[in-house]
Amino acid sequence: MNEVKRTPLYDAHVALGGKIVTFAGYELPIQYEGIIEEHEAVRSYAGLFDVSHMGEILVEGVEAFEAVQYLVTNDINNLKDGQVLYTLMCYENGTVVDDLLVYRKNQNNFLLVVNAANIEKDYEWIESVLSQKNTFVSNLSEDYGQLALQGPEAQGVLQKFVDFDLDEISFFHFKENVDLKGISAMISRTGYTGEDGFEIYVAKEDLLKVWNMLLASDDKLKPIGLGARDTLRFEANLPLYGHEISDEITPLEAGLKMFAPLDQKDDFIGKDALIKSMEDGVERKLIGIALDKGIAREGAEVFKEGQKVGYVTTGYMSPTLNKALALALVLKSAGKIGDRLSVKVRKKEFPCTIVSKKFYQKKYKK
Amino acid sequence: MKVLENLKYNKDHEWIKVEGNTAYFGITDFAQDSLGGIVYVELPEEDDDFDGGKNFITIESVKAATDVFAPFDCKVLEVNETLDDSPEAINEDPYDAWLVKLEILDEAALADFMDADAYQAFCEEEA
Repeated sequence: MNEVKRTPLYDAHVALGGKIVTFAGYELPIQYEGIIEEHEAVRSYAGLFDVSHMGEILVEGVEAFEAVQYLVTNDINNLKDGQVLYTLMCYENGTVVDDLLVYRKNQNNFLLVVNAANIEKDYEWIESVLSQKNTFVSNLSEDYGQLALQGPEAQGVLQKFVDFDLDEISFFHFKENVDLKGISAMISRTGYTGEDGFEIYVAKEDLLKVWNMLLASDDKLKPIGLGARDTLRFEANLPLYGHEISDEITPLEAGLKMFAPLDQKDDFIGKDALIKSMEDGVERKLIGIALDKGIAREGAEVFKEGQKVGYVTTGYMSPTLNKALALALVLKSAGKIGDRLSVKVRKKEFPCTIVSKKFYQKKYKK
Repeated sequence: MKVLENLKYNKDHEWIKVEGNTAYFGITDFAQDSLGGIVYVELPEEDDDFDGGKNFITIESVKAATDVFAPFDCKVLEVNETLDDSPEAINEDPYDAWLVKLEILDEAALADFMDADAYQAFCEEEA
């Protein structure tokens, strides 16, 4: 294991009362004021996250387009300069290497934003897969700092710092070389909360200044820890690597087929395996469940009439909906929305109902 | 950190209010603060007997489930059912939001409990 890293904001997190934990090799705050308070702040106003642990990998060169198209499951054919795409990348067997955002700067230049826990694995994978292509792959994760500004008032908070109308950056688009009061930033309208908001990339050495500037500009803007980052993404049914997707789960099982358009897309790694799995019939699916009482945590086993049918991938008492909800990976035969199952929590079986996994209606500004 | 004079405390950050051979049992301000927002409490059944040290309650915060162990050999006389609907009451006033009322089956175990001053000092050491 490598030594634990800190982002440039470590001291700022401690000064703000952040409770520090180690996540994906980084010391980051799990919470400041409290997970529920922070969760509600993002849903009702706006919150600021240090997401500098995320990885940035640049693919450039005359074959960059072909290379990325071959690497990822989603189709970058219609992706324009300045646009962002959510996608996965798979192994040959169709299970997931990682999920990521692809930023198209131009035909020969794509920035891939990957999960912190997977940076080294992804970089090695991408390098090996693209070794035959005329591209240059570089891991810029140590150079970038990243903030996420999320919530219905995120745009209002950020607008004060830029000299153009932020409406110009539409959903899943980005703008480079934005002048943030003298600091150069890349800003995208993306996020991981189900709310409108932005992700802001700056040079690592500028990160603290931007963090302080944004927080100082608005008393109602709160710093948000990893705890609420997870409850927010969970309610919005956004997958987390190692939970809903992994190297043992395919995008088809995780309900992410729309990000792997098998019919329309050119060849990509894992395509044959995914097509075969469609033909054979996908055996598992990701479902939402609501418990009558109790809370089902990750790993809890799910039963149908006494037979084990799967397990919980993420579970919480949902702060927004105030219900015990969970995502579970189960056999296709486990049932449909409205059917009753049970979850084993501390040796007891708790009854639950299958519900839509879109627990929270996303409030993106499209 | 709030500590009340008329209660007894143990090193697991739990309090008891002794009345004859019975005691109200709860967690302290220190404990609720370190758990964070409490979202669910699983309480035992009334009339159940527990050996001291046996898991008999589970308190769930947003992130995790925390086991609470019987502070001594005891019988559950009453459970605080209001916590079913408002578990956050433990965060708001941990000394009012008792978890269970117990019959004390091992009086000798009470000797391990501290008074308010000793507990306060214990917390300061922990912090």
